[in-house]
Amino acid sequence: MGRFTGGLRPSKVRLKDHPILDFSAGQEVAFTFDGKKLKGIDGEPIAAALHANGVRVLRHSPVSGRARGFFCAIGNCSSCLMTVDGVPNVRVCTEPLREGMVVETQKGHGQLPID
Amino acid sequence: MNLLKEVDIAVIGAGPAGLAAALACAEAGASTLLIDANDVPGGQLVKQTHKFFGSERQHAGTRGIQIPELFAKKLVEHPNVETMWDTTASGYYDSGELVVEDGKRFIKILPKRLIVSTGASERFVLFENNDLPGVYGAGAVQTLMNVYGVVPGDRVLMVGSGNIGLIVSYQLIQAGVDVAAVIEAAPCIGGYLVHAAKLRRAGVPILTSHTIVAAHGEECVTGATIAKVDEKWQAIPGTECEIECDVICLAVGLMPLVDILWQAGCEMKYVPELGGHVPVRDDNMRTSNPNVYVAGDSGGVEEASSAMITGEIAGISAAESLGLKAPEADARLAQLKADLAAIRSGPAGEKICAGVCRATVCGGVWE
Repeated sequence: MGRFTGGLRPSKVRLKDHPILDFSAGQEVAFTFDGKKLKGIDGEPIAAALHANGVRVLRHSPVSGRARGFFCAIGNCSSCLMTVDGVPNVRVCTEPLREGMVVETQKGHGQLPID
Repeated sequence: MNLLKEVDIAVIGAGPAGLAAALACAEAGASTLLIDANDVPGGQLVKQTHKFFGSERQHAGTRGIQIPELFAKKLVEHPNVETMWDTTASGYYDSGELVVEDGKRFIKILPKRLIVSTGASERFVLFENNDLPGVYGAGAVQTLMNVYGVVPGDRVLMVGSGNIGLIVSYQLIQAGVDVAAVIEAAPCIGGYLVHAAKLRRAGVPILTSHTIVAAHGEECVTGATIAKVDEKWQAIPGTECEIECDVICLAVGLMPLVDILWQAGCEMKYVPELGGHVPVRDDNMRTSNPNVYVAGDSGGVEEASSAMITGEIAGISAAESLGLKAPEADARLAQLKADLAAIRSGPAGEKICAGVCRATVCGGVWE
């Protein structure tokens, strides 16, 4: 082993040339992930934007602390729960990314914001 | 929960089956409500970049991604159709009420007939570290790559050689991603040989009688161990082989999504050939609950072409049960049944036919 160390190469992750599909430029938006400033495309799932930035670990399981990533992409499996704009347990594989979103790694089961 | 909406027919799920069903209902003159959890029509068609096989009536030669708009245009223009996007069907009650939520509120709907075309979800497979980030369902890889233009990684181990495994492997290559190998636990390739041949021409090994034993990595996949299996599907010690990869893609089959059908009290049967529990139905896709019809993969995992057919059959039949019928509906129904038989007539259709036979009520008609 040794060729793969668990990281992604962000510069290579977004497709530009494709024989069938045309990924013409969407609107770029800024968001933060655990305080870091990142860029994504407006309306794409938050998880896709994180993935394109090289982020594969979306949370750790509340009991055994195992890393969890993107799995089903259709909001079914709950692998990708994160805290978005203060709201926990958001399925980021389907939640669209918007300008200025604050995306955070969730701690445990998450706590609802109390106004 | 103060809103109540009455319609002739509600269709849950706007994939190939639901789109075809809704259009058939509308053309018969039924007021039709089409509900989907996504914000666009098409279900899983939105990620299928390959061209379809079969008959032109089921859009053979057209890429899956182009099909939803063919339906959407007709549906949007149709005065009998109303759509609800971003809306999840969350319960069907004895009173015949369907409850949906759109993220902000619950809405009660009272449909005279319900068509369930909720599709299927991905199966999983047991191996060490199968929960590591970097292990994806094949559908997720397609979504990420074909809908959002984001590749899953650099080098993929594909688990499963059914049509999905083969097609997604080829799509990965089209996107410039390396496919280390396709492994298949069965002794022969599961999908169409035309897809397998494309992969072999691209130099991808397809290893039959092989399974995945473990994924490696601390926080993300950095490799995998595969091994040969014996005739009892057990890994043979000493045959292990290490694969360098940062993605493990699982294409080990689908399971019908039938929660609403259980809730509706439909008689259910475990039919492995169709992917799991499915509702018993008649030849017109009516379940044991006379108000409830099933269409597409939720009635048994097949392919999008057959989903469009069972969807239209369910739509025509549900409308007819309300006394609503489009001109030429009988001829169309006969044509659809002939098309369905043709799709299921190939060698790959044998298993489906056996499953459908077991899932169909005796004689094909409810007493």
